[in-house]
Amino acid sequence: MSYLDLLKLASPEAIVVITALVILTIGLTTGREAVGATVSTVQPTRNAGGTSSARSAGLCSFVAVLGLAVAIGAVLMLPRNATLFAGMLVITPLTSLFKIICIALAFFTVLLTTSETSLRHRSEYLAIVLLATVGLMLLVGSEELLMIFIGLELLGLSLYVMAAFDKSDLRSAEAGLKYFLFGSTSSAFTLFGISLIYGMSGTTGLAAISAKLATASVQPLLAVGIVMTLIAFAFKIAAAPFHLWAPDAYQGAPVPSAAFIASGSKIASFVVLGKIVLIGFAPVHGSAAWHSMVAGWSPVLAVLAALSILLGNLVALAQSNVRRLLAYSAVAHGGYTLIGLVAGGRDGFSAALFYTTTYAITLVGAFGVVGFVRREAGGDNLANFSGLYSRSPLLAGCMAIFMLSLAGIPPLAGFFGKFYLFSVALRASPNHGLLWLVALALFGSFISLYYYLMVLKFIFVDKWAEAALDRSSLISHHNLAKVTICLLAVAVLLLGVVPDILAAQILSAIP
Amino acid sequence: MIAWTIYLTFAGALLLLFLPHVFARWIALLTTIAGLALGLAAFVRMPVADLAHFTTIVRVPWVPALGMEYHLALDGVSLTMVLVTGISAVSTVLFSWDVEHRQNEFFFWLLLVVAGCYGVFLSANLFLLFVFYELVIVPKYFLIAIFGSTNKEYGAMKLTLYSFFGGMFVFIGILVAYVTAGSLDLNQLAQFQFPPQLQSWAFPVLFLGFAVLAGIWPLHTWAPTGHAAAPTAGSMLLAGIVMKLGSYAGLRVAMNLFPQGFQLWSKWIAVVAVIGILYAAAVALRQSDLKFVIGYSSVSHMGFVLLGLATGNVLGVSGAVLQMFSHGVIAALLFAVAGRMIYRRTHTRDLDALAGMNLSQAVPFAAFTFVIASAASIGIPGFSGFAAEITILIGASKTYPLAVWITGAGMVLVAAFTLRALKQSFFGEADSSVVRTQEGRVALDPDWNEQQSITAAEKIGACLLMFATLAVGVYPKLLLDRIMPAVEAMRFLKSGG
Repeated sequence: MSYLDLLKLASPEAIVVITALVILTIGLTTGREAVGATVSTVQPTRNAGGTSSARSAGLCSFVAVLGLAVAIGAVLMLPRNATLFAGMLVITPLTSLFKIICIALAFFTVLLTTSETSLRHRSEYLAIVLLATVGLMLLVGSEELLMIFIGLELLGLSLYVMAAFDKSDLRSAEAGLKYFLFGSTSSAFTLFGISLIYGMSGTTGLAAISAKLATASVQPLLAVGIVMTLIAFAFKIAAAPFHLWAPDAYQGAPVPSAAFIASGSKIASFVVLGKIVLIGFAPVHGSAAWHSMVAGWSPVLAVLAALSILLGNLVALAQSNVRRLLAYSAVAHGGYTLIGLVAGGRDGFSAALFYTTTYAITLVGAFGVVGFVRREAGGDNLANFSGLYSRSPLLAGCMAIFMLSLAGIPPLAGFFGKFYLFSVALRASPNHGLLWLVALALFGSFISLYYYLMVLKFIFVDKWAEAALDRSSLISHHNLAKVTICLLAVAVLLLGVVPDILAAQILSAIP
Repeated sequence: MIAWTIYLTFAGALLLLFLPHVFARWIALLTTIAGLALGLAAFVRMPVADLAHFTTIVRVPWVPALGMEYHLALDGVSLTMVLVTGISAVSTVLFSWDVEHRQNEFFFWLLLVVAGCYGVFLSANLFLLFVFYELVIVPKYFLIAIFGSTNKEYGAMKLTLYSFFGGMFVFIGILVAYVTAGSLDLNQLAQFQFPPQLQSWAFPVLFLGFAVLAGIWPLHTWAPTGHAAAPTAGSMLLAGIVMKLGSYAGLRVAMNLFPQGFQLWSKWIAVVAVIGILYAAAVALRQSDLKFVIGYSSVSHMGFVLLGLATGNVLGVSGAVLQMFSHGVIAALLFAVAGRMIYRRTHTRDLDALAGMNLSQAVPFAAFTFVIASAASIGIPGFSGFAAEITILIGASKTYPLAVWITGAGMVLVAAFTLRALKQSFFGEADSSVVRTQEGRVALDPDWNEQQSITAAEKIGACLLMFATLAVGVYPKLLLDRIMPAVEAMRFLKSGG
């Protein structure tokens, strides 16, 4: 193993890291001075400082977008299959596909930041987004517990900072702190679980753990280790009852950060969780079928899924803040996705990944719209959305697509995702053993229609009371972010009408 | 070619998003006329023999890994439903000719509903059918919540949640059928032998899910509130076509897939249907809001459809299909008169208030239309309602003689509430003090004089609907010739015993 090989196989990650460093340099040389000028001097110079800082911010965004595009190219150049250091860095069609998806989500997040006015120190923010992206890529591209932990930490630490980035907003600080406290607890769980598993099986590679589990009987300590690991990931994907950080983080964090937490972090967590349970813990799958429960990780995940679906949907009913509503609905959607893992197998994993990918795309778009409303109407409560239709039909239409997809209305991506998930789950166990979970999930999505429709009711039916609104700020500026939102809406529609373009990719990528 | 009904309607809807609003109603009208023309062309040109089986029109793989296909097919039953969709759609557009605000959006949602209905009636793949079925739900919400009147947000939300609640059961039923048979193709599924034990619980789940949309008795309460809240076009579409989606899918999917389950449960469906007919008619007798009267009458008439389906013989089921057509036309007509011709001009639907206005003098054309519609609704021979209900009752007399007697009594109730509504709304005793004094006019539209005359669009729309009910009433063979062979080909008749 030469270092050249390592560099070649890790080139996408390297490119993103280099881009982050370049952006930091740009920020240090141009942006800092301009921001200082804005803060310290009085009115006359503010404009000059503003444009210079805007130019620097624009340059940073451009470099970030460019770097991410190059990274996607680098992923495409990777060999089909490769393994380094006993699974620390793995390249398979699956990892490549999800690296591309993660980078694409970062790409969209960066485009959304271009319209975000509350973020000062743009270069630092973008650099941290890119570092979080590296964390995602490491997570996706590893089948070894230690490396997974490192990826989680890199991702987590970047996200904590991103959540707390808006220094002028108290809620942002609260979001950051809460996310940090919960996240570090979950890290402790992860580390504890991993160390127990390592202690009992003597290895940290997923394939090797699986081989060990298949031969030896499961000892209590090992069971503790497995449950600890599952709980750690339940924190990450905000499954009930480990979801408590999510509403505050989604509500308080700057909008692009919230979008990234809800999308990229979730996808990568599901990919890794899927790998851990389906590869590493494969011999202790168990069964969650109604009449024939067998101990294993799948009943645990099934209970988490059921709790998340019920709690997420019921609590979301009572929310008046759209971001909080999205957070609780995220809990429910995490529950739906878990059903795919409970079903297990190639189909189950593929259905779960399809669902979480389309969900992430939808949520980035929805947060994009929320960002616009927040800037223009001064908040992100339901009331701030009233009459969005008359203010911006385009954004209203996009939001309708996002909300209806989340509710699972055809022909949007969310509907196909649900059909795929539930049919796989029903097929997975004989005698429709998972019907109870599927029925519960369908009941959950029935409840969810109400609150998604409430959002749309405010947008399309209610009237905007305040006459004095600045149309120009919504219509003329930030076209880039608007185009991004439209692209995402088109993607959601397209993935619903021709789901095969992604579903077939995912299915064929899973060995 | 008939597949173009779906494409054209969707294309029209998309076009509406981009064109200025002056074109909106014309685009909607052209689109719906094109849909009706395509339906009629198929009606005239398709040989009757071809309509006896669910003949494939279009078949394109969609998601091969999961057995999803874009598969459309046509038989006599679907053709009948496509026709009633076309007729209702054209008249609906004509009756919403003067929508004032957000026209593009209004017709966009309207066309989406119509396109979804065409899609359901033509789908031969279970997944595709469900896609179209659910697609109809959300546009209905917006149509009612934005453009409706009385208590619109409540009515719209109630209707949407009920539909989605039914959709949840349908989803479960479809998944179970799909996972068990490993196919989504309706023709293949109709050949598959599902285990009897599975049928015994999967059939009620699936049928109940569909029946919610058809306004089955204990779950019908969305219909009156929804109808009352909806704009005229919304009520016409709802009663005219959307409620038929439920009964059509119940026939096409639930009964065809699970014939043994159907045998097991058919008598309960009959019981519920008869209760629905009587209950809704009795409630309609006590309503003071004209739209509520018509809303409950819809539930009552849909009870006939369910009774026809429950008979499980060719006559009964064909009668049910004919009743779907007939009720689609008649309900559209009734709502058009109540919502458009009366309410727009008087701003009240209260029967007592209307009684004093002596509307038969003021708007004679509306009175004429309402008389025709009421006659058809009561089931006077010569109108489609009679042809359909008599076929259902003959069919039912073989299986459920008792039900026929009870329903016969129910028809008296139907006549009673319809005549009461007719008398109160148009032929009330001209309360001279109300009509002649200025105070009496206060309840009326301030610009009554300008709106007094019935517009040409309304006349054309009403004439179209009246023609349809008369044509089928005088010569029901026109449709029955196409419906009965298609019904005979369905499986539940053969395996039943």
